[in-house]
Amino acid sequence: MTPFPWLTLLTFVPVVGAVVVLLFGRRGARPIAIGFAVLSLLVTLVLWRGFNHASGDLQFVETHAWIPSLGVQYHLGIDGLSLLMLILSAIVTLIGMAASASIEKRVPSYYALVLLLQACLFGTFTAVNFIHWFLFWELALVPAFFLIALWGGERAKPAAMQFLVYTMVGSVAMLLTFLALYFSTHTFEFAELARLTQSGQLMPVVNAALGGHWITAPHLAALLFAGAFLGFAVKVPAYPFHTWLPAAYSEAPSGTTAILTGAMSKMGLFGFARILLPVFWPEMQRFATMLLWIGVATIVLSAFAALAQKDLKRIFAYSSINHLGFCLLAIFAVARFSGSGALADEQYAAMNGVFLQMFNHGLTAATLFWFMAMLEQRSGGRRGLDDFGGLRKIMPVFAGLMGISVFSSLGLPGLNGFPGEFLLFKGTFPLATWSTALALLGLLATALFLLRILQRVFSGPLNPRWATMPDLSTRERVLLVPSIALMFVLGLYPQLILVFVNSTAIHLVQGLHL
Amino acid sequence: MNIDYRLLALLARPEIILAVTALIVLALDLSILRKSSTGMRFAVASLLGSAGCLAAIFSLTAMTAQQSLLDGVLLTDPTIRFVQIAILALSIITLLLASQGTFTSNIGELVLLILLATAGMLFLVATQDLLIIFLSLETLSLSLYIMAAFHKPSARSAKASLQYFLFGGMSAAFLLFGFSLLYGLSNSTNLLQISASIHTPLNPMLIVAIVMTLIGLGFKVAAAPLHFWAPGVYQDAPTASAAFIASGSKVASFFVFFQVMCLGFAGAEGATGIAHFVSGWVPALALMALVSMVLGNLVAIVQTTLRRLIAWSAIAHAGYILLAIVAHTPRNLGPLLYYIVTYALGTLGIFTVLQAVEGDTGSDSLACYNGLSRRAPFLSACLSVFLLSLAGIPPLAGFFAKFYLFVSVIAAHPGSKSMLWLVIIAIAMSAVSLYYYLRVMKRMYVAEPDEDAQPLAPQMFLKVLAGLLAAAIVLLGCAPHLLLRWIPGAQ
Amino acid sequence: MLAWTIYISFLGAFAMALLPKRGAAGPRIVALLAAIASCGLALTSFIQNRTGEMLTVTDVAWIPSLGIRYHLAADGISLTLGVLTGIVAVAGVLFSWNIDNRPREFFAFYLLLVGAVYGVFLANDLFLLFVFYEIAIIPKYFLIAIWGSTRREYGAMKLVLYSFVGSAMVLIGLIAAYVVSGAHTLSLSALAAHPFPQHFQMWAFPLVFVGFAVLAGMWPLHTWAPTGHVAAPTAASMLLAGVVMKLGAYGCLRVAMTLFPLGLAPWSHHVLGFASWREVFALIAVIGIIYGAVVALVQKDFKFVIGYSSVSHMGFILLGLMTLNQLGLSGAVLQMFSHGIIAGLLFAVVGRMVYARTHTRELSELGPMALNKALPFAAITFVIAGIASMGLPGFSGFVAELMILIGTWHAYPVFALCVGFGIIAGVAYVWRAMQKAFFSSNAATVPHHAHEPLPPISLPERLGAVLLIASSVIVGIFPQILLNVITPALNGPLLDGLRNGRWP
Repeated sequence: MTPFPWLTLLTFVPVVGAVVVLLFGRRGARPIAIGFAVLSLLVTLVLWRGFNHASGDLQFVETHAWIPSLGVQYHLGIDGLSLLMLILSAIVTLIGMAASASIEKRVPSYYALVLLLQACLFGTFTAVNFIHWFLFWELALVPAFFLIALWGGERAKPAAMQFLVYTMVGSVAMLLTFLALYFSTHTFEFAELARLTQSGQLMPVVNAALGGHWITAPHLAALLFAGAFLGFAVKVPAYPFHTWLPAAYSEAPSGTTAILTGAMSKMGLFGFARILLPVFWPEMQRFATMLLWIGVATIVLSAFAALAQKDLKRIFAYSSINHLGFCLLAIFAVARFSGSGALADEQYAAMNGVFLQMFNHGLTAATLFWFMAMLEQRSGGRRGLDDFGGLRKIMPVFAGLMGISVFSSLGLPGLNGFPGEFLLFKGTFPLATWSTALALLGLLATALFLLRILQRVFSGPLNPRWATMPDLSTRERVLLVPSIALMFVLGLYPQLILVFVNSTAIHLVQGLHL
Repeated sequence: MNIDYRLLALLARPEIILAVTALIVLALDLSILRKSSTGMRFAVASLLGSAGCLAAIFSLTAMTAQQSLLDGVLLTDPTIRFVQIAILALSIITLLLASQGTFTSNIGELVLLILLATAGMLFLVATQDLLIIFLSLETLSLSLYIMAAFHKPSARSAKASLQYFLFGGMSAAFLLFGFSLLYGLSNSTNLLQISASIHTPLNPMLIVAIVMTLIGLGFKVAAAPLHFWAPGVYQDAPTASAAFIASGSKVASFFVFFQVMCLGFAGAEGATGIAHFVSGWVPALALMALVSMVLGNLVAIVQTTLRRLIAWSAIAHAGYILLAIVAHTPRNLGPLLYYIVTYALGTLGIFTVLQAVEGDTGSDSLACYNGLSRRAPFLSACLSVFLLSLAGIPPLAGFFAKFYLFVSVIAAHPGSKSMLWLVIIAIAMSAVSLYYYLRVMKRMYVAEPDEDAQPLAPQMFLKVLAGLLAAAIVLLGCAPHLLLRWIPGAQ
Repeated sequence: MLAWTIYISFLGAFAMALLPKRGAAGPRIVALLAAIASCGLALTSFIQNRTGEMLTVTDVAWIPSLGIRYHLAADGISLTLGVLTGIVAVAGVLFSWNIDNRPREFFAFYLLLVGAVYGVFLANDLFLLFVFYEIAIIPKYFLIAIWGSTRREYGAMKLVLYSFVGSAMVLIGLIAAYVVSGAHTLSLSALAAHPFPQHFQMWAFPLVFVGFAVLAGMWPLHTWAPTGHVAAPTAASMLLAGVVMKLGAYGCLRVAMTLFPLGLAPWSHHVLGFASWREVFALIAVIGIIYGAVVALVQKDFKFVIGYSSVSHMGFILLGLMTLNQLGLSGAVLQMFSHGIIAGLLFAVVGRMVYARTHTRELSELGPMALNKALPFAAITFVIAGIASMGLPGFSGFVAELMILIGTWHAYPVFALCVGFGIIAGVAYVWRAMQKAFFSSNAATVPHHAHEPLPPISLPERLGAVLLIASSVIVGIFPQILLNVITPALNGPLLDGLRNGRWP
């Protein structure tokens, strides 16, 4: 009996939702869209229930012939990390929709695009071969572009263009690399490629097919690695390919930014962890120093840049770069020690930390932008750091809940930001000591700017302009409860997540040697 | 020499019928119908003339055997009968077309001339004897000269006719001189015996005879460089005369051209290869064909009246048809006949539409055709069919005619590069011809009518005639075997 | 049954004469019904014939004296292109719903063209193929000359004359083949099996190939295409760029490469660095790809961008044909379908949605109009069409171009790099046009025509756009739908000579 195609269904549900919203969304596009998002969440929970924690292999696998002439199969499957990302995408989309209450024009199109974006996210996280991955990776650009360009702020269009161009260039580089791999190995399957790397066969085969007088083998390997690296690095983003992000995040409507930072950026990290690392870890090891520097630069420079910002959304944007920089650093550190089997426990810890951090950052950042949306709604679009003041007096609940989210982002123990960062540091410190030490500077700067936000916006004398700003309505409070609750729950009981990503992390790290 | 008069009467039955009809028409017209209106007289005369032609056709279909009088002076066989029936049919159409004319009051004489010219054509195609050829040719030509001048008030008509006559007379002289030389060389006026006396290396007198014959016959078919009469005559002769010259006489002339060259000069062909050039009539004729095709098409581009455009395109089509003669095998006769018959139908159709437009607007300048599709949609559609058929666009008869012709030309000499090149040039020139035909259609369909252009009210008769001809062209294009099965040797 | 696609179209064309002179509703509806009926027939046959074998539709004697038969047959390639014709024809009618100047004649010529195109794809006798090929020429002229826009009479005449010259070259080749084979038949299967001498094929192949390739917009004989497509009215451009150019490519494959496969064999010695006609045409195709893309990049007129992009995409198809491996050839046929749909969509947006409303196609003038706010549906449709044209995964162009790319890699690795460059350039010019026309940074915040807003996108336009987009997406996600019938056709007996052990 063929198993039920849950993963295909999962990807399909938001697409159907988008069509329904477009056709029947004259009134009530938002409720319909939220309904479909809830449906997707339910499907992900079904997957969660049916997932086997102990196994590090792919589950819910679906295989069909797709394009036999190219040797491409319709092949889906999830492991612990994928499942985590799927659940995250479902949650973050809901948060993003909740945060989009202020969208007024062409509402059906907006929600349809959000649902399409969600479908692309699902598609990416369930992909097991390059064609499927690339299909959804590229397709995700389209709704994202439109969401930024059409509903964004004043300078939305150039920001959207920049976003698109950067990501496209990265995608092209990635495509070229994987095409080259295909020409040599005749497979697009990631597992196959990883197996070839494990047996040390990948680069020799590639060199045999593509190499020659025009390039030496090590250079060829480096070239291919650079292509794939570029594709993922632009998405995360890593320094110095990050310049698109502040503009895009701040110009996009806050609900969209929630999804962008919550889930789309995770596509890049997912790529690093699940694709780049298993296939290219020898090259990552070769270039470990440079990669670590990139990681450190991402962390530190973005944190200091955030310090200099005056626009709240921009601060949070740079803060995103900073947090994801930690994940990057951890992955590079793991790669540094791949192949040797040494410091295995630290590697497991680092990997688990990365996975945890991916989820937690997604949740926290999305919630933070939700708060931004609500603040913008109340202030008529103003979001400067110095525009506010003393809001705690008139909006205590708002200040309190946002404060919780900010502290979570800071990494306060008891909230969900802490376990991930802790595991990450615990694992990375032995693996890349100096880099981690330098990264602490970034942590310091993060604390500074996050606290400064709390101080400037919520404390201090009340800005008379906002004297009549309403606090959170009952509905908003009810909607926020799951997020905030989750932050506490995951902060106090990270086992919830760790239990089913641990096997995946171990399996991944164990694959990184010959 | 014993002439079998019964055989003569049998073989000449169609011509006799025509002659009798002609005299009856003349008599009627001069006596009883003297006081009737022009229209009535034309109608009666044309109907009677058509009836006579129909009777001639019936008598031809009743003949079945292959017979010859005096060893080729007058003969009949299926091919000849086909050509004769075709000529008679075209004459019927011309008579019907003429019946709408108003250009003359000498109606009986006109129909007489048409019928006698037809009789001349019937003799022309039914003989293999030089003298009869010449006599019939002159019968035909003299009638045509007079018919061209029939619009007495028009000085230009007279001028065209005079030009035609002088030119024609001169080429007839050449022809006669050539024929005399041939008689001198072979001591016979029979084509087959003449060819038997030809042997290589070619006698210089024979070469002179060939050239003269080519001039004489080339004139009749309006091939370059003997084409100078054509534009003038097409332009200035009355419509019925021009139509007759352009259709029936062409059929007869091409057929006799084929017979004379392929039967009469059967040993003197020569070859056209550049590397292996052999002197003969084929290279000369190939050159004529080439010049006709190129000149006719190129000059047609710059014409401003429809009649001149048709004239120059007729020169070009003569070039294509001459290729069949250049290929000089019996299997080329079928395609030649198919081509010229469908071409004649198309040309008659064009003249029909021309008659309608000229009748209402008084001019045949191409500017009159602007926006014709709005003013007279049915006639424009018919004219489009005729023009596209001449251009060689499927599924019309002209396309299949060209295809069949070119296939047969290349198939007759599979290895010959020069034949291939001639066909390539022919096809290329067809592409050029599409340009100017399309320009006329552009005027009809795309251009806006001039401000002072009135809607046309063409007579129903002309519309019916044009419609029938257009239907015939389409039918023959989609189902060519309808005509092919009547052409002997074409299967 | 499939033959009725031709007959219904022709009947529809003639039925126009029976409709009243005034009033556009009658012609539109008749045309739409005829187009939908033929499309339905094509689709039904496509679905029924899953094995992709040659399916004989009609075979009767026509002109026995020359051995010509009225023989219609369809294999996978014909069915694919038949479905393409159906879809684009329906979309074209929908996008011409606003024609009110002589609508009867417009739709009559349109249906004539559609019927002739169906005929070419279904013909299995070379004479019949040629007849339909030529029948298609005259309606093209009138569609452009009467209802077109920029320099329409010149554009129409140029297009027609180029087509006719191309078909003249084909005619010579056909006559030569007929005579040389001595087989007294013009049936495609019979002549395909006939072993023509190699030296004959060596000149017949390029002659017939170039003759058809003129209509396919092969560089440097492509100059009719941008002029003609720009001059043509929207529905005509959709058909011309979408389907009629594919007639040329189809002819290259079906006639030139099927009858004269030895023409592609290596020569005995190198000439100017080339070793075979295959290399020559592959290089020309690559030049066409790059040239078309680069020139499209600098155009000021929106429609010219699309026109040159068609030249570029046809270059992909011709290159795919020259790869002579199964991947490249199936990619080429798939690209025929894909580009047909996408070109139709692009011209629909530019011509019907934008130009008919704004009456300008200059990118610099469109920019300030803030079209993405004034015509959001047009903007979205163009973006979707644009990304489909770029070859984004999920749309039909991606798989087709990928297959051509991989096929080229196996045949001529260097050209594969050029193809990559062409793809990137493709992204660039679509981008530029999209940005300048719809998302220009100097768009006035108050749109130009605030006091006279542009008319909204009508229902027929939306339906047409949805039809085309859906087709591209479906084939993009399930390319096997088409590949399942194309592959058996490529492995069929007709292409034995071409295959010669190279595949499967």
